[in-house]
Amino acid sequence: MIDALILTILMTSVPLVLAATGELVVERSGVLNLGLEGMMLMGAVSAFAVTFATESLFIGLLAGVISGTLTAAIFGFFVLGLATNQVATGLALTIFGTGLSGLIGSDFVGKAITGLPTLFPTHFGNIPLIGPFLSLDIIAYLSVIIVFFVWVFLFKTKYGLILRASGISHDSAHSLGYSVLTIRWCAVLFGGMMAGLSGAYLPLMLTPHWSEGMTSGRGWIALALVVFASWMPSRVIYGAILFGTITIMQLAGQARGWTIPPQFLSSLPYLATIFVLVLISSKGSAKFLAPSDLTHPFISSK
Amino acid sequence: MFYLSPRKEIPLIFKVSVPSACIILTILIGIFIFSVLGYDPGKALYHFFISPLSRIDRIADLFVKACPLMIVGTGLVFCFRANIWNIGAEGQLIMGAVFAGGLALSFPENQSIWLLPAMAVFSFIGGGLWAFLPAILKIRLRTNEILVSLMLTYVASLFLDWLVRGPWRSPTSFGFPLTNYYPDVGLISKINFPGIGTIGQLHWGVFIAILLCLVCWFILQKTVLGFQVKLVGDSQKAFRYSGFNESKTTIMIFIISGGLAGLAGMIEVSANIGQLQPNISFGYGFTAIIVAFLARLNPAAVILAGLLIALIEMGGDSAQIALAIPKVVTGVFKGILLFLLLAGETLTRYQIIFKHNQKNIPND
Repeated sequence: MIDALILTILMTSVPLVLAATGELVVERSGVLNLGLEGMMLMGAVSAFAVTFATESLFIGLLAGVISGTLTAAIFGFFVLGLATNQVATGLALTIFGTGLSGLIGSDFVGKAITGLPTLFPTHFGNIPLIGPFLSLDIIAYLSVIIVFFVWVFLFKTKYGLILRASGISHDSAHSLGYSVLTIRWCAVLFGGMMAGLSGAYLPLMLTPHWSEGMTSGRGWIALALVVFASWMPSRVIYGAILFGTITIMQLAGQARGWTIPPQFLSSLPYLATIFVLVLISSKGSAKFLAPSDLTHPFISSK
Repeated sequence: MFYLSPRKEIPLIFKVSVPSACIILTILIGIFIFSVLGYDPGKALYHFFISPLSRIDRIADLFVKACPLMIVGTGLVFCFRANIWNIGAEGQLIMGAVFAGGLALSFPENQSIWLLPAMAVFSFIGGGLWAFLPAILKIRLRTNEILVSLMLTYVASLFLDWLVRGPWRSPTSFGFPLTNYYPDVGLISKINFPGIGTIGQLHWGVFIAILLCLVCWFILQKTVLGFQVKLVGDSQKAFRYSGFNESKTTIMIFIISGGLAGLAGMIEVSANIGQLQPNISFGYGFTAIIVAFLARLNPAAVILAGLLIALIEMGGDSAQIALAIPKVVTGVFKGILLFLLLAGETLTRYQIIFKHNQKNIPND
């Protein structure tokens, strides 16, 4: 029983980790993409449709990733190419992506596919204590590896330093001769890739069908998660498991007639994020602050 | 490759033609999308843009649909003009409805004509309070208002959900998440034209919405407060130099926009629903952002912009009924329109200069 609960929590956390890690890199480069939900939905619908048509989970996943990246490219074109307001453009991307994914997916409602298999043989799941951790699919393990590499990239490599620099002060990065726009383009596309993968995980693993708006707010939770993790990759994993636990507790609590209102549990991630925001802004330690050039468009002729 | 160079003067033609060009371009893209999906674009466009205008009662309903968009949109104009990013209007709208609803449900037998005005004040306080939180955090702790106001939206929506399923649920709702009906004096009545009667669902809230847009236009163009709003948005340095209090102005702008969103929530419930339920807003708080941009941040133009976005929403309904086009296609249109408007904003303020080699970049 408890094993099943842990497994569900882990699986709920995976899409959050993926999307949040992508967004973390985007925000570290100084761009706020509020279009996570839209990119995830595009990833989800493409992954489902292609898997349904080709019966290949791999091609389906790939389609999800590509479609997330392309959706992010629309965002990049406006925000980086035309220096439009990031907040409004991100919201436009969510509105657009939600609509387009619903339109594409309207033919696939009610159809089913077989999801991803677990990586290890299923009887590994019976091992006490570590069972649930061995019952996951390849994407789940991959997500932890990606977080590790993102951490290495951001904090141990020269390019990671440049990326963070363009998020803290794009003028400084520009005067040192780095192309802020190129860096931000790479970050935005990476964010789209991860959001697409995260979206693809939903119909391929969590619930093997497509329904309109099936991300049901996970994009916004992932956005909150980046802030909750104070822009540190490793904390994304802890945060995702915490948020995942809250989500599952709420469902489990409902089933057992707990007196805590489920709405209160659902609002905890958002409240916790505000709390963390307040905490980091009052502490004022530069290490945990938002990238200072976040949402500031960079005009290269300046 | 190309780069952007600021324009010294904005040609007048841009200010007028950009929104129109964006609308036309959105329609063209719409035709393309419909053709790709195998719908007859002519029929689709007819059901989208003409059919909602084909009868007088439908036009009246268009105004009803535009009502919350106008009120929220005109409030957001203040924020965006001042370069403040309150994107939590949806939550403020919900809190406004909750505050007004709380008052109405507390006095089920009330007969006083003062209940409705009191509800309006309560809704303004509710929405204003929900906007005050990100405002005070922004000026005291420099907390990012975008993230706080967004997070609070979800908290508000869950709070309403809890109220209507829990403490406020009507004992006679058969377990449905609905509150009791408001007393009659807490409802907004339909406009009764002498000799004609009511037209569609047209109610007095629409009149209030248009009035509010005009009042806001007056405040923004002709008063010191409006001057402060524009100044703080255009140049913070000049603002501080001129001796205005930045914190006070920021809080005031948040409260105005949040309060108006709250009022929109109250009007929406009192005029169209009559009781609280889990979903009282269909993303009006977010859609109003598009309205504000479409109006080029001019409160008077918000009236027209609100009507146009309402037309897209209603068109979505009629196209769904007539041609079985999924309703979500309105999201595609709204998204594209907002993309184009934002791009238009850039083209208005900057010149695009194509560069062929590095040497052409001016070194100023």
